[in-house]
Amino acid sequence: MNIIQTYEAEEVARLTALRAVPDFRAGDTLRVMVKVVEGERTRTQAFEGVCIARSNKGLNSNFTVRKISYGEGVERVFPLYAPTIAEIAVIRRGDVRRAKLYYLRGRSGKSARIAERPRDTVAKTETPAAGTPVAGTPVAGTPAAAAE
Amino acid sequence: MRTGLIAKKLGMTRIFKDDGTHVPVTVLHLDQVQVVSTRTQERDGYTALQLGWGTAKVKNVSKPNKGHFAAAKIEPKAKLVEFRVADDAVLEVGATLSAAHFVVGQKIDVCGTSKGKGFAGAMKRWNFRGLEASHGVSVSHRSHGSTGNRQDPGKTFKNKKMAGHLGDERITTLNLEIAGVDVEKGLLMVKGAVPGGKNGWVLVRDAIKRARHADAPYPAALLGANASVAEAPVEQTNG
Repeated sequence: MNIIQTYEAEEVARLTALRAVPDFRAGDTLRVMVKVVEGERTRTQAFEGVCIARSNKGLNSNFTVRKISYGEGVERVFPLYAPTIAEIAVIRRGDVRRAKLYYLRGRSGKSARIAERPRDTVAKTETPAAGTPVAGTPVAGTPAAAAE
Repeated sequence: MRTGLIAKKLGMTRIFKDDGTHVPVTVLHLDQVQVVSTRTQERDGYTALQLGWGTAKVKNVSKPNKGHFAAAKIEPKAKLVEFRVADDAVLEVGATLSAAHFVVGQKIDVCGTSKGKGFAGAMKRWNFRGLEASHGVSVSHRSHGSTGNRQDPGKTFKNKKMAGHLGDERITTLNLEIAGVDVEKGLLMVKGAVPGGKNGWVLVRDAIKRARHADAPYPAALLGANASVAEAPVEQTNG
């Protein structure tokens, strides 16, 4: 690994120790708790919608969440490891055959639905992976503690 | 005036801060940046330090440079650069400079060689608007248009902006900010972009248009010497 890759790997470990990143992919319905600063105090605001795209590039990873707000489509791109996100919760697993669901932008109502992924496929593909962030947390915590 | 540092541009990444903001940064690498030689007022007519970066394979070092490094008792360096310094900021030959030379929040000037763009037209090189898309313009939509007047003056003036070679020139970007320093790995994180491509050489100096940062160590921050850093180089100058 070169120096930048090493730095980015360390940062990913530090930031995931602060806030775990669940396993999710395009088609899943997410609730993203965003920290909002209002003057002096900070509160969290939920942004709930379908993840229509995910870009995996280490520290610079991001994902796009789309929701319909008062009849208007709203999309928001979040950096995956941003400290402004308090929590990412997976509400529903979607069964889709595309990595990028941009076709949802042209659809609404019935045709914009996404079928739920059967539970056994979810368990097979993602339960072992979902366990790793939890197991990885104490390991990842040590370099972060040293950095602080 | 403190010495600057030679660094190698590694590329860009980002820093996520605890307050939720994130900063795009260019990562600059310092690898065994050592003083190879000094220029003195009596001998050379000016005061400067010659710094070297990293190590070079002996087979790639020219014979005169081999002698130069041998005289300084220093491993051959991949890159040599001179920095003008004040008389009281001269360092000992062989001293290794540390990334702690610059402090977080400090403004710096970074000098590099921009990426070469080859022979570029007037639109790309000088931001000319070109000719119109229609109204009788044929073939020459991206041309520069007129370059002068009539029989008087009867010539195109010198320095007329025209097509030509773009890029691959020395560029100094002023007042960039240091966003992070890693002394152990020898890394400087500079907010924003820095001239040149990856693996290019850049020169990092204190910002010329700002007062020196209050926390910046005066003659220099050296590796392997901590508290005595401020004292030793001054004595060196006197002796």
